[in-house]
Amino acid sequence: MKNKLLTLAVATATAVAAPAAFADTLDDVIERGYVQCGVTLGVPGFSMPDENNNWSGLEVDYCRALAAAIFDDPDAVRYTGLTSQARFESLGNGNVDVLSRTTTWTMTRDTDLGLTFVGTMFYDGQGFLVKAADGISSALELSGAAVCIEAGTTTELNAADYFAANGMDLSNAVIFVTRDEVTQAYLDGRCDVYTTDASAIAAERTQFPDPSAHVILPEIISKEPLGPVVRSGDTRWFNITRWTYFALLNAEELGVTQANVDEMLGSDNPEIKRLLGVEGDFGSPIGLSADWAYRIIKHIGNYGEAYDRHVGPNTPLGIPRGINALWSQGGIQYAPPIR
Amino acid sequence: MSDLTFVRSDMQPALPPPVRTTGAIAWTRKNLFPSVSNGVWTIVAILFLLWLVPRLYGFLIGDAIFTDPEGLRGEACRFEGVGACWAYVAARFNFFIYGFFPLGEVWRVNIMFILGIIFLAPLLIPKAPLQKTAALMFFVVYPIVSYWLMAGGEFLGIPGTALRTVPTNQWGGLTLTLIISMIGIIVSMPLGILLALGRQSKLPIIKWFCVAFIELWRAVPLITVLFMASVMFPLFMPQGVNPDTLLRAIVGICLFQAAYMAEVVRGGLQAMPRGQYEAASALGLSKPKTMGLIILPQALKHVIPGIVNNFIALFKDTSLVSIIGVFELLNTVRAAARDLDWSSPTQAVTGYIFAGFVFWIFCFGMSRYSIYMENRLHTGHKR
Repeated sequence: MKNKLLTLAVATATAVAAPAAFADTLDDVIERGYVQCGVTLGVPGFSMPDENNNWSGLEVDYCRALAAAIFDDPDAVRYTGLTSQARFESLGNGNVDVLSRTTTWTMTRDTDLGLTFVGTMFYDGQGFLVKAADGISSALELSGAAVCIEAGTTTELNAADYFAANGMDLSNAVIFVTRDEVTQAYLDGRCDVYTTDASAIAAERTQFPDPSAHVILPEIISKEPLGPVVRSGDTRWFNITRWTYFALLNAEELGVTQANVDEMLGSDNPEIKRLLGVEGDFGSPIGLSADWAYRIIKHIGNYGEAYDRHVGPNTPLGIPRGINALWSQGGIQYAPPIR
Repeated sequence: MSDLTFVRSDMQPALPPPVRTTGAIAWTRKNLFPSVSNGVWTIVAILFLLWLVPRLYGFLIGDAIFTDPEGLRGEACRFEGVGACWAYVAARFNFFIYGFFPLGEVWRVNIMFILGIIFLAPLLIPKAPLQKTAALMFFVVYPIVSYWLMAGGEFLGIPGTALRTVPTNQWGGLTLTLIISMIGIIVSMPLGILLALGRQSKLPIIKWFCVAFIELWRAVPLITVLFMASVMFPLFMPQGVNPDTLLRAIVGICLFQAAYMAEVVRGGLQAMPRGQYEAASALGLSKPKTMGLIILPQALKHVIPGIVNNFIALFKDTSLVSIIGVFELLNTVRAAARDLDWSSPTQAVTGYIFAGFVFWIFCFGMSRYSIYMENRLHTGHKR
């Protein structure tokens, strides 16, 4: 009797756990006809509903790239707005196929939740905002400056560490309890420097009375790598998501853009040929067609184009490319070659 | 005796009351400065209003931007001392009202609103004609038609009536707030009455089931209910069985509200004097008739304030579904608060004021209607 009960319990537990395994996400996605993508509830530049009720942003472009690679249709995506409390559970229980939602890649999240990070779409981290009139061009010139900081946050610790490590003076820092107070104090001129995550600074700045009077310094002093997440255990789906990201980077490195991609089909460069599926078939091992990367670039463009479109210097956010530049241009965005 | 006696033939007209008890001065004295402490408070209140009203007026109307004729968008509201940016609310109005509903299909939502008003009005106005027809339409036909209008597809499978399918994750804005609260109100009311009656039942199984149901749902916060419904529930289901997120949330809200409603109704039932039951028995009424004709009408009348209180709370609680990523009114406002096209210093605040105002209109409306019903059903028991 006891054994029977035990068997029953194990069977039930397996039955309950089974749906979480999701045998093959790609098959499910193809059968369904669209990718389910978990996004934020509205973070400018990353995922945000626009005036025509369409989602747009850097992280949304990643979902669109995925749909383009699979269906040759960037609109074959269904977006689910997720709060930060519900995001991992929604991915785990199959409400979404991929989470592209300003999620910081940390060891716990990568190893402990049955989830796997795909890559880093955006290297975020703590940055500094200063008034353009002060003529500061590097964070290393900030010694002795009045820095506005939110109390008790990692922001405060990061700033203290950075200033100490570079032998600079942080004694004039002004501490506030809430973000709003910090912003207000900076605007009122009670401090010279405003520091928090670069993407947040940029979003904050767009609502200043005169955004152009403030500049974001190029230094990023902490690590907040934001990237897409998938469920662990489905290698093919993981490869598709990862190589979609790599294709965006490789296209930029090889100079293939949305505008010239058709022209590039005739290129003599073997790397471009392989990327666009002119030579060899790199799509079938991951369950896609040979021109999977061509589709991505045709519909979305390369990584640099997506960056410039949503968060780059010519957008209202105006985040300098900084460490998000390609490795060949002084940044750390790097993709293994396709061959 | 001469006949020179003075006999007044008309009444002496009444003198006007003393100046001190009439007119503006007396009114002021009586109402604003009856005592020193009241006088001080009057002055404080007037100073506060003098401080507040011009600022409010300046922010909401005086310095506010209502239109954006040059198409500058955010730039139109970006200057020193700008008030509310109403042009932004106007530009994103569709999003706030309809959420992600495809713009070309919005007429369907509008038809649903208009039908709702047509069917609901006779039910709210006492002695309106065709009430029975309206009730049938509103409670039976209307939900089916609304579902068809919102979700699309063929109407009851009739060919040629196919509308474009709109998945529930594209429903949103005020529309969704109203849908959730309407369903919640309509379902939780009868369910609550049944639970309240069940809790008073002498049959132990029914009684303990109702007690357990009510106590369980009242012991859990709504956020937890929603979170369980949206996130944990699919884990317990076999693969492929995955009811719609919105549906799960609505079911959760209905059950939650029914438990609260049951307790309000129970309060009314317990206030009924024993004599009412005995009188019904003396008239030879059966148990169901006693309840339906004598007890419930009186009990419900007593607890109208409590019931409407629950409705208002439910209406406001719909904003909690934002926790599971459903874009009801508050969430659409929050999502658009950082819309880069409209980024300006007062963008977010204006959106929240708009949302607050919309919520206030509905809650205040419900509150006034409840007072009206109380007065109409007033039969002399009130003090």
